[in-house]
Amino acid sequence: MMNYRGIHDMGGLPAGTVEPTEHDYALWEKRVDALLVLLTKKGLMTVDELRRNIEGLGLDAYDKMSYYERWIYSITHTLIQRGVINIDELGRKMAEAQARADGGR
Amino acid sequence: MAAAESVTPQFRTGDRVAVRAAYPIGHVRTPYYIRGKRGVIERLCGAYGNPEELAYARPGLPKQPLYRVRFLQREVWPAYDGSPGDTVDVEIFQHWLERG
Amino acid sequence: MPHDHDHPHDHGNLHDHAQPHRHPPRPDQDDTITQWRAMEIAVRELLIEKGILSAEEVRRQVEDMDNRTPLLGATAVARAWTDPEYRKLLLSDGNAACEVLGMERGPYKLVVVENTDQVHNVIVCTLCSCYPRWLLGLPPDWYKSRNYRSRVINQPRDVLREFGTAIPGHVTVRVHDSTADMRYLVLPKRPAGTEGWSEEKLAALVSRDSMIGVAFAQNP
Repeated sequence: MMNYRGIHDMGGLPAGTVEPTEHDYALWEKRVDALLVLLTKKGLMTVDELRRNIEGLGLDAYDKMSYYERWIYSITHTLIQRGVINIDELGRKMAEAQARADGGR
Repeated sequence: MAAAESVTPQFRTGDRVAVRAAYPIGHVRTPYYIRGKRGVIERLCGAYGNPEELAYARPGLPKQPLYRVRFLQREVWPAYDGSPGDTVDVEIFQHWLERG
Repeated sequence: MPHDHDHPHDHGNLHDHAQPHRHPPRPDQDDTITQWRAMEIAVRELLIEKGILSAEEVRRQVEDMDNRTPLLGATAVARAWTDPEYRKLLLSDGNAACEVLGMERGPYKLVVVENTDQVHNVIVCTLCSCYPRWLLGLPPDWYKSRNYRSRVINQPRDVLREFGTAIPGHVTVRVHDSTADMRYLVLPKRPAGTEGWSEEKLAALVSRDSMIGVAFAQNP
């Protein structure tokens, strides 16, 4: 019988050479980090919910998304679960943001 | 009667313990690789809210005692090829531990 | 094998970050933004509109993290190297030791583990990326990578060798998996030939990687 194992629970799984890569974080990534810190400090979400919603991604998404992409997905999902934002306003705001970014051309 | 704010610690430094071999879904902070393994309490870290509950926006009370548990690597990994005294220390909540 | 972040320049040499050098930011597309960036903008603007947070708070928090560098942790290490009483405090009550130096206690309990001639410590969070951010700043990509999180836990000597760090067989390697509410800092061994050095000079030898445990402090 195969036991259930979370996709994030990778200690001891076969993996490749550790490449000592790092990058200076883009502003948007730093803002995502800031959102998490501020929201947890204000008691609007917990790091536990952040982690749980990341763990809920499929394995493919987990490995393909970057660290802060997983974070913003999870923060947004948590805020929807908590009723702090709703899906309708999120969709509208995202379209606005996209249009503003594209409108520069 | 009000529920206790935190659960009484059951273990002390030096106690031999075993990690329960359970595999639920949900937000669990006991890593897969350590389940079913035997180790020794290195220290009591204190009592903290249960992440398995906090992850669902629930209060996570009563607080659970959290321990650092030390394991011999050669007892955790069948093919461990480091030194025989090498260890891995893992933070584990009391409700995942039994007397070993 | 999937891994985080492709990088345009060579990383064949060992990363030693006593003097961190800048890396290029990840390339963003210059014609549009990804759905994730649009999501960040949208969530931030919604929260500001709802009065939950302000643009100023976000700006200040970004600046706060930018100002956190491994020098904070290195300062504590250098003090411990020169002051035996401080070393005892750092090892028994890491948060109080931070306060003594005018640094934040931090939001989590700090466990400091000491490297000696008999023991070498290395830190990982196999489940995610827990890291003593208030003392070291943001963690590097590799610390959060699949390969590190998967292999340093059961092949620590091999992974350390990939960082150019060889641990002799008679030295015990202890891996610490940061799974819950503790956060860890390695107190590296003081390099030989540094007798009488000022704390400031000593701190410059203490790389971020030595406080994670994948490297030794630099030799003079």
